Amino acid sequence: MMGSENQGFEEAHPLVSREEMETLVLDDPSDHGGSINSNSYSNYRSATSSLSDTTHHPLSPPIVVTPADSDPLLAPPPYRSTSANDSNSYIEPPSYADVIFSPFDESSVSEINGVETNSQNSDSSLVFSRSPSSSSDYIKITVSNPQKEYDSTNSLVPGSNTFTTYLIATRTNIPDYRGSEFSVRRRFRDVVTLADRLAEAYRGFFIPPRPDKNVVESQVMQKQEFVEQRRVALEKYLRRLAAHPVIRLSDELKVFLQVQGKMPLPTSTDVASRMLDGAVKLPKQLLGESNAVVAPHEVVQPARGGRDLLRLFKELKQSVANDWGGSKPAVVEEDKEFLEKKEWVHDLEQQLSNASQQAEALVKAQQDMGETMGELGLAFIKLTKFENEEAIFNSQRVRATDMKCFATAAVKASRFYRELNAQTVKHLDTLHEYLGLMLAVHGAYSDRSSALLTVQTLLSELSSLNSRTEKLEAASSKIFGGDKSRIRKIEELKETIRATEDAKNVAINEYERIKENNKSELERLDRERRADFLNMLRGFVVNQVGYAEKISNVWAKVVEETSGYGREST
Amino acid sequence: MEQPRSVSGASLSPRSPSSPPFLSISVTDPVKLGNGVQAYISYRVITKTNFTEYQWPEKFVIRRYSDFVWLHGRLFEKYKGIFIPPLPEKSAVEKFRFSAEFIETRRQGLNSFVNRIASHHELHQSEDLRTFLQSDEETMQRLRSYETGIFIKKPADLMQIFKDVQLKVSDVILGKEKPVEESNPEYEKLKHYIFELEAHLAEAQKHAYRLVKGHRDLGQSLSDFGKVAKLLGACEGYTLGKVFSELGAKSETLSIRLQKEAHQLLMNFEEPLKDYVRAVQSIKATIRERANTCREKGELAETMKLKEINLGKLVLALSDRVGEAEIEYNESKAESEEATRRFETIVRRMSDEIVQFQEQKTLDMGIAFHEFAKGQSQLANSIANAWRSLLPKLEACSFTQ
Repeated sequence: MMGSENQGFEEAHPLVSREEMETLVLDDPSDHGGSINSNSYSNYRSATSSLSDTTHHPLSPPIVVTPADSDPLLAPPPYRSTSANDSNSYIEPPSYADVIFSPFDESSVSEINGVETNSQNSDSSLVFSRSPSSSSDYIKITVSNPQKEYDSTNSLVPGSNTFTTYLIATRTNIPDYRGSEFSVRRRFRDVVTLADRLAEAYRGFFIPPRPDKNVVESQVMQKQEFVEQRRVALEKYLRRLAAHPVIRLSDELKVFLQVQGKMPLPTSTDVASRMLDGAVKLPKQLLGESNAVVAPHEVVQPARGGRDLLRLFKELKQSVANDWGGSKPAVVEEDKEFLEKKEWVHDLEQQLSNASQQAEALVKAQQDMGETMGELGLAFIKLTKFENEEAIFNSQRVRATDMKCFATAAVKASRFYRELNAQTVKHLDTLHEYLGLMLAVHGAYSDRSSALLTVQTLLSELSSLNSRTEKLEAASSKIFGGDKSRIRKIEELKETIRATEDAKNVAINEYERIKENNKSELERLDRERRADFLNMLRGFVVNQVGYAEKISNVWAKVVEETSGYGREST
Repeated sequence: MEQPRSVSGASLSPRSPSSPPFLSISVTDPVKLGNGVQAYISYRVITKTNFTEYQWPEKFVIRRYSDFVWLHGRLFEKYKGIFIPPLPEKSAVEKFRFSAEFIETRRQGLNSFVNRIASHHELHQSEDLRTFLQSDEETMQRLRSYETGIFIKKPADLMQIFKDVQLKVSDVILGKEKPVEESNPEYEKLKHYIFELEAHLAEAQKHAYRLVKGHRDLGQSLSDFGKVAKLLGACEGYTLGKVFSELGAKSETLSIRLQKEAHQLLMNFEEPLKDYVRAVQSIKATIRERANTCREKGELAETMKLKEINLGKLVLALSDRVGEAEIEYNESKAESEEATRRFETIVRRMSDEIVQFQEQKTLDMGIAFHEFAKGQSQLANSIANAWRSLLPKLEACSFTQ
């Protein structure tokens, strides 16, 4: 080791920076002069296997006796007593150090939807499946290639009508989609439209929330950074949509992903113009010229956000009556189970928020460890070079050798910490994802409550219409032969009542439908959450075990090489 | 408060030739004394020896930090050229002055200090050491205040302090000492080496400190994460909830383990590095002494030359002041020779010391690396074991879906 040790340091510059540390060639017998990357860790394996060949490794921890020793799916710890095994340790089942995803592994859970494919995971049978069916369907969406484009119309102010489009590429084998690979260019406004159309069409579902408009950020941030941030957010959003078993088959999504050119979905209009339309309609409604009853097709949408101001006012009145009025409305949220679930969801959200925060803190702490370890290693590499250059006494050369051994290990360990962390981030990301999902749950619950409000409003209206009718009939019956004007009014009222009944029935159907959607979505949430959390935990734990083993091996080598000093220490 | 204790059994006669000479000292038992601002820590210093020069074969005394400072100062004065073992840090942030960790690291540092003196082939004969180890507390106090009281500084000492400051400033500005009259390339190389070494070591120590903190922070974040995992588990159904709980419990266990490791790292790695830095600083002090002595030697040699010339002139002039001049010349010559001797002693001692220093440091660092690696390896194993034990439960979950 003495002779070749200096070779690796030809490149070690006293001022070597972090980037250089990445490419530092560390001369190490088990590396065969190669740089530390994933293929050299197979050399590690052989090094550790040969380590466990020795009759008694001075540092072997007490053998972990778990009942799973008989479980073929569970790999035993790397330091096995030789009495339990043969001399050829290459036949041993791999330790968790080998199960770890390579640093460039892309097959994480969120990417390939409906299917858990962890190709490098030797224990793939253990990955918990999210849904019982559709195990071979997939949609893979990528967002890339942002480009600036110009709006040729409306160029009143030159240069103001530029916008960015993104290339959205899809690969799928779902038959509903015509074709298996296609791509379109879309701008952010199209995504907003998609989100709005989905919100209308899929009330009661847990629809993943779309990325924010980020009006402030888009002005303040550097263009490139902002565009990249948005690209990432869009990709995540579309993938979440594709992961939803119902939404992935929706027309809206299909159109968005497939139809070339300008997006054919009707665009959303802003609040102001909607209000304006509503304000125009209102006088007519009040005067009875325009329809005062909600049309059935409008009933299925919430009042808020629509153009019917009259309806808005009525429902507002109803909700106030619900809260402050003496009598209970006719239909009330009675579903106890739902109410309990709602509480639970609230609690879950709270815990997820905390967990998400602590996960971030944990990741940061792991990051710091890795960085500091690396810097410590670097400092000693500099020292090694220094001592070697200035050596007068042999004790200095010996020290330089020791330092190098130590420094090499520290740098390796530092890399492992960083890889560990990259994986940890991926696994614990599930927490952040589910926190985002809570927003979707809120959306679904508010769909439900606004549908209920519509029903309640219509019921109140019906009851007041009926009582007016009764009063008129009573008054009219007192007049012999009937009261022409009153009779006409009664006819009109009855007409209105019929229309309102229709609307009420539609509203009730809608409400029930939304309730069903809520229920099925909650069930799906339960199922998928269990599977996702179990996967997250398993991934996290396996990751920790694997990297801890690797790091332990690194230092065990140093212990060996400095074992002479072990006798001296107190 | 002298407590002469005889060795149990045999009484000790003048050193019997059969038993090897030994001097073993331990600094133990830190106790906080005094109140408020005046509070300080006292240590029990126990000496066991069969040296005849020592009055008692076994003795303990009570000493405080400034007593050790006194001893250090005396040795530095008397044994120029020798790298006096360094003292642990002088001051501490007020908050931590009485923290358990600080007291312990200081105690260990003081223990090393005296033991290194005791094992040094020249230093262990020091009379001041004997005084330190065996005088009563009043004597010690008197000696200590005489030497370190600000109002008792001798003019020569003040000059020395001023010179030290000068040199320190130039250290900083030039990055090395002002060139002195020694033209010894080997020695120049050594000086350069020492100055560079200090810089490198300081950096390493900085990272070691951060690493200790990093362990503590990771421990804390694991503890927090564990708590949160348990709460999340409470939300979940039976099997999943249990897994979260277990995860939380393991996290908390590992958090404690990490705190322990942080302490070990501090004691077995960071402290030795700090000690190394201090040792290098002690060498720098010796380098300065050597430079001073060299300068003095030069100056006195000059003076002697002048007196010689003067004498010569007077002789030729048949002056009646020849006798006077001759006496002056002889005095000057004696001084010059003495200075030269002092200088040569320093040079000789330094060349021995440097060999010792390098060997000792190789040993110290080797031990430090070994302990570090052991600690990290064991820590990683604990982590792996803790997490691994969760896996059977995770597997069990999949079968109860």
